[in-house]
Amino acid sequence: MGTEQLQRYTLAVLSHLALLAAWHLFVTLGNVPTFVMPSPLATANALLRPEYFWWRNIVATAGEIFGGYALAVVVGIGLAVLFSWFRWLEIALMPLLVSLNMIPKVALGPLFIVWFSYGVVPNILIAFSISFFPIVLTTARGLREVEPDLIDLVRSIRASRWQIFVKIQLPGALPYIFAGAKVAAILAVAGAIVGEFLGSERGLGYLMLQVQVTLDTAAMFMAVILITLIGVVLYGLVLGLERILVVRDARIG
Amino acid sequence: MAFIRIDGVRKVYRTRGKEFLAVSEATFDVRQGDLVALVGPSGCGKTTLLKILAGLHGYDAGTVAIGTATEPFDPARDIGMVFQQPLLLKWRRILDNVLLPAEIMGLPRAASVERAKDLLALVGLRGSEDKYPYELSGGMQQRASIARALIHDPKLVLMDEPFGALDALTREKMNLELLRIWSESRKTIVFVTHGITEAVFLGTRVVVLTAGPARMADNFEIDLPHPRTLDMRTHEQFGAYTRRIYKLLGME
Ligand SMILES: Nc1ncnc2c1ncn2[C@@H]1O[C@H](COP(=O)(O)OP(=O)(O)O)[C@@H](O)[C@H]1O
Ligand SMILES: [Mg+2]
Repeated sequence: MGTEQLQRYTLAVLSHLALLAAWHLFVTLGNVPTFVMPSPLATANALLRPEYFWWRNIVATAGEIFGGYALAVVVGIGLAVLFSWFRWLEIALMPLLVSLNMIPKVALGPLFIVWFSYGVVPNILIAFSISFFPIVLTTARGLREVEPDLIDLVRSIRASRWQIFVKIQLPGALPYIFAGAKVAAILAVAGAIVGEFLGSERGLGYLMLQVQVTLDTAAMFMAVILITLIGVVLYGLVLGLERILVVRDARIG
Repeated sequence: MAFIRIDGVRKVYRTRGKEFLAVSEATFDVRQGDLVALVGPSGCGKTTLLKILAGLHGYDAGTVAIGTATEPFDPARDIGMVFQQPLLLKWRRILDNVLLPAEIMGLPRAASVERAKDLLALVGLRGSEDKYPYELSGGMQQRASIARALIHDPKLVLMDEPFGALDALTREKMNLELLRIWSESRKTIVFVTHGITEAVFLGTRVVVLTAGPARMADNFEIDLPHPRTLDMRTHEQFGAYTRRIYKLLGME
């Protein structure tokens, strides 16, 4: 790791710590009541309450986020690939997808619950439905972005459609796929939590609703932080994969 | 017999019911080992003619024949192409970019790698094998794309304004490099350009196309000694060739 990179990481860690410190000072110096805003320490202490089943709730929420997201990635990329292979399919389905994407996904929550009852499944579906569209869109775009001259070049030596897809189109689309996947990661987190708010029996969103009644603000803070951390882990995994798979020069966003 | 025989070729583009005559009555021969410069204003059908030679476009009249009994031509394996943009794959190292045609044609890997290294040395890119395209200047990227066009040892190399996007100085340098690569590799090259000086400087033969209606205006041998040097461009004879082309293109 170069010194410049080290400096960047250090600064990033420092800005996070600075926020924690500011939060602490604000609460202690301003005598803010705990039920309005708990201190960082009080928030951390909420983790010690066994009746909140933190671990179980973390696993549930993370499962919904990762499940919905994985589904969105697979279906999104798969659909975009089909679009690039069968142009008529794209012409028929893309406008439909645009219309469907206008549906406020939150409004689907109650329906999913009717269809699949409470639990992980409707929440996965909400996370999926909210995050899959950007992936289809960017992947389809990326698969289209091939230089016509390059296609001519390989066609002059009789490259097959499959060779063009595997050697040129798909790797060329990777930066676009990741651009969509990064946006989708953020949406998937929001989707899963919305699902838990609408109706659920476990998960960090569900827990927030429970402790709201007892005004345990510290636990609510902790839940928000944990949700954020799950999101950060997901986003970090996507970024890491992008670093491995996409040459620096080709990265988007 | 000439290596390429183009006789009365005519190409009409049809788009939305409209017809557009892109090439009419193109007739010329290319001998094996020639470096033919196709020169003409933009839009006159140079790229179209090149794509017809590459077998990428059909045509509406005339005949195109490539190869002779002693020098047979396989349209699936014997064409290398270079365009104005290097069109390198960003995610492949230079060596792997050069190898792309070999992979597509299923040539043996080890031998192709050796050949790719030799070609990179030929185009002056020794030591850049493991670099990514973005680490190379435009001129160097174009050199890599020339190496890529040669990797499968094609008999015919088609170049469409390959130095058109380079700055003037780099372009002159690349002209000299191309002549060296051509004389070392002994390929038949069809080189499209809209630069009149470039055409005369590079070509063993120049084919002049005029615009609207697109047609072939002239086709003549450039009788200048090889290897060509930059100072030849001030020779009397060189001037006579360029004037002849300017005249044909109505720029005198
Ligand atoms: N696919 C196409 N469909 C319709 N017209 C075309 C097509 N390709 C080229 N043309 C037209 O044919 C003419 C010759 O094009 P081109 O061969 O690219 O010229 P040049 O390479 O000399 O600039 C131009 O007027 C261009 O607009
Ligand atoms: Mg052109």
